[in-house]
Amino acid sequence: MDWFKSLSNVLYIDLTRKTYWVESREELFSKWLGGIGVATQLYKEEVPRNADPLGPENVIIFAVGPLTGLYPLASKTIAVFKSPLNGYFAESHAGGRSALAIRFAGYGAIVIRGVSDRPIYVVIEDDKVRFRDGATLWGMRSTETVGRILREVTSGPGYRAIMRIGRAGERLVRYASVVTETYRHFGRLGLGAVMGSKKLKAIVVVGRKGFKVPDIPTYRAVYDEIYQLAVKSPAMKKYHDLGTAANILALNSIKALPTRNFSSGVFELAGEVSGEKLAETILARRVACAGCPTACVHIAALREPYPEEPYFYKVKFLSYDHEPLYALATNLGIGSREGFLKLLDVVEEEGLDVISTGVVLAWATEAYINGLISEKELLTKLGWGDYESYIKVVRNIVLQPNDFYKTLALGVEEVAKKYGGLDYALAFNKVEPAGYHTGPLYIISLIVGSRHSHLDSGAYSIDQELLASKKPLPTPQEAVERIVEEESWRQVLTSLVICLFARGIYKPEIVEKCLKPLGKSLSTEELKKLGRDIWVEKQLIKYSEGFNVLNVRIPKRVLETPTPHGVVDENYVREALKYFDLIINLSRKLKT
Amino acid sequence: MRRLVVVDVNKCVGCQLCMLACSRRFGIVGYSKSAIWVRSAGGFERGFTIVVCRACKDPPCARVCPTNALRVRDGGGVILDMSKCIGCGLCRDACDIGAVMWDYEVGKPVICVHCGFCVNYCPHNVLALEEVS
Repeated sequence: MDWFKSLSNVLYIDLTRKTYWVESREELFSKWLGGIGVATQLYKEEVPRNADPLGPENVIIFAVGPLTGLYPLASKTIAVFKSPLNGYFAESHAGGRSALAIRFAGYGAIVIRGVSDRPIYVVIEDDKVRFRDGATLWGMRSTETVGRILREVTSGPGYRAIMRIGRAGERLVRYASVVTETYRHFGRLGLGAVMGSKKLKAIVVVGRKGFKVPDIPTYRAVYDEIYQLAVKSPAMKKYHDLGTAANILALNSIKALPTRNFSSGVFELAGEVSGEKLAETILARRVACAGCPTACVHIAALREPYPEEPYFYKVKFLSYDHEPLYALATNLGIGSREGFLKLLDVVEEEGLDVISTGVVLAWATEAYINGLISEKELLTKLGWGDYESYIKVVRNIVLQPNDFYKTLALGVEEVAKKYGGLDYALAFNKVEPAGYHTGPLYIISLIVGSRHSHLDSGAYSIDQELLASKKPLPTPQEAVERIVEEESWRQVLTSLVICLFARGIYKPEIVEKCLKPLGKSLSTEELKKLGRDIWVEKQLIKYSEGFNVLNVRIPKRVLETPTPHGVVDENYVREALKYFDLIINLSRKLKT
Repeated sequence: MRRLVVVDVNKCVGCQLCMLACSRRFGIVGYSKSAIWVRSAGGFERGFTIVVCRACKDPPCARVCPTNALRVRDGGGVILDMSKCIGCGLCRDACDIGAVMWDYEVGKPVICVHCGFCVNYCPHNVLALEEVS
């Protein structure tokens, strides 16, 4: 079957009636390419404005794009849903094998509707969908065990993705993640809780098909060009060598590494948990997503003796990146690699978003030190660096033995509203931030970015570029223009769908070239316009759901702790937000 | 003659670019025509298993073929004659390492011809072509 024709197939799964069907949505894919472009439109069709994120009206949309599986580095799946963490249109991306599995099963998108009456898991194997009883898997303590069992009881190893939730998702922790291929995650914004609310323990996708490309010789030539760039270009070197963990020392050296709940930009033990040190001491294996030669996934070996059994050891393999290191090491004052990995192990077992969990733990530590909460609520003592206690708290976030933990499971914003300490409750529109304290553009981007994510526009890197070039800060208006322009272009990449780590390779002229063998001709100008249109669509959906950039709380802490650009001026940020609001209002008027 | 060899499976990162390259020989994007198969060795934490024809000198797959569709290749391995193949699947069952893949779209086996196209796309030199007498 032809490439675009097969991409246009949308698989609909109704969990309430336990049925499925396929619809060809060529009109959507020809206008919006795929990925986030198409998923946004599907969300508009599916989710009523007032839908409860944990109710039957919410849907889970997975989407891939025209370049998925076609070229190296096009290896990500886009998930779209309404977030139970902040109540708005949400988007989360993951690597692993799901993108190629969905594509080679013959789909461009999957829409999962409704709620099952009992725990189930769904197996999508090429054209067939099977609903399987999930009662035995439900409540299992480790997502790793769930993965191990599903590997045994489903077919298609090597052509397969196993996306599953942990107990955190089952118990509706609002920042529960979805784990896929053990080491990759739909981490942010609570997709795990949405799956949990649907009683959907796991989704297994097996795709073994192949599709024809119209212009084969050109395709092969373009493939070779991208492949050479992928393996030789300096743009991929950072991810290839030390992985994103290379950021730890780089950020620390410019005083932008969030430490002890963003109270400092410098961690005195950064050298102990740096990418360099980890590579030297405990890096055990490198793994890649299907279709990507980079192998940015860095896996550490944790060897633990059993205290009561001499000469018995438990060896666990855990993947580390910059974000887990920030969230569970520097921002908690943990300088022990072993301590960090033990804590990470529990977060992975339970299926929690590592960033949100780390921020929640950091707030709890400070609230405990300040006396806002005590052992009575926490059920343990807590202090910076005390990973044993953090492990207990993480288990309790999932088990929710008292009112305090029930609130902690709602995110840092909710718990601070109830128990105090909002000034150091790090969240933007209720979303806990990633690990950068680089300057004002990053802070603005966390507020205006459609996912409130560091990768929306990569503004942490704009801050650093400004610093390196010793250029003065742009005006607030220019700052917003730059952020929006970058975020708009990224809509093109995430519609195609390219891994954002490869943004340095997939420049507009390369994207144009990549589409040619598919018989699709889009100029740089047209691509950029499409990116802007998708960006507007997403923002307007959020605004229709009640979001307003002017209402977003800015945690005092980020305005107090100096960045490499000094203490961030709140007026600068507020000016930027006003200008952003103006852009949104204009966009809305233009649309109507 | 040459044959494809797995030099060091421990260096495999599971990117599957070899599998994609194999189908790309036929202008197909996907896995349906791939004669090489990379899967995890029981979860990504355990690394990977690479399954591909190892060019047996006396290949069991050829011995069980009822229509002589599989001809023993100089240097080991087999060449498939599509016009003779009836898609019975005996070859697949006969291969102890599971290196006879299956093309579900046409219902016939896919077996490595040791062309080495995939070697060009292995970013970590896990695969190589080796001279055989």
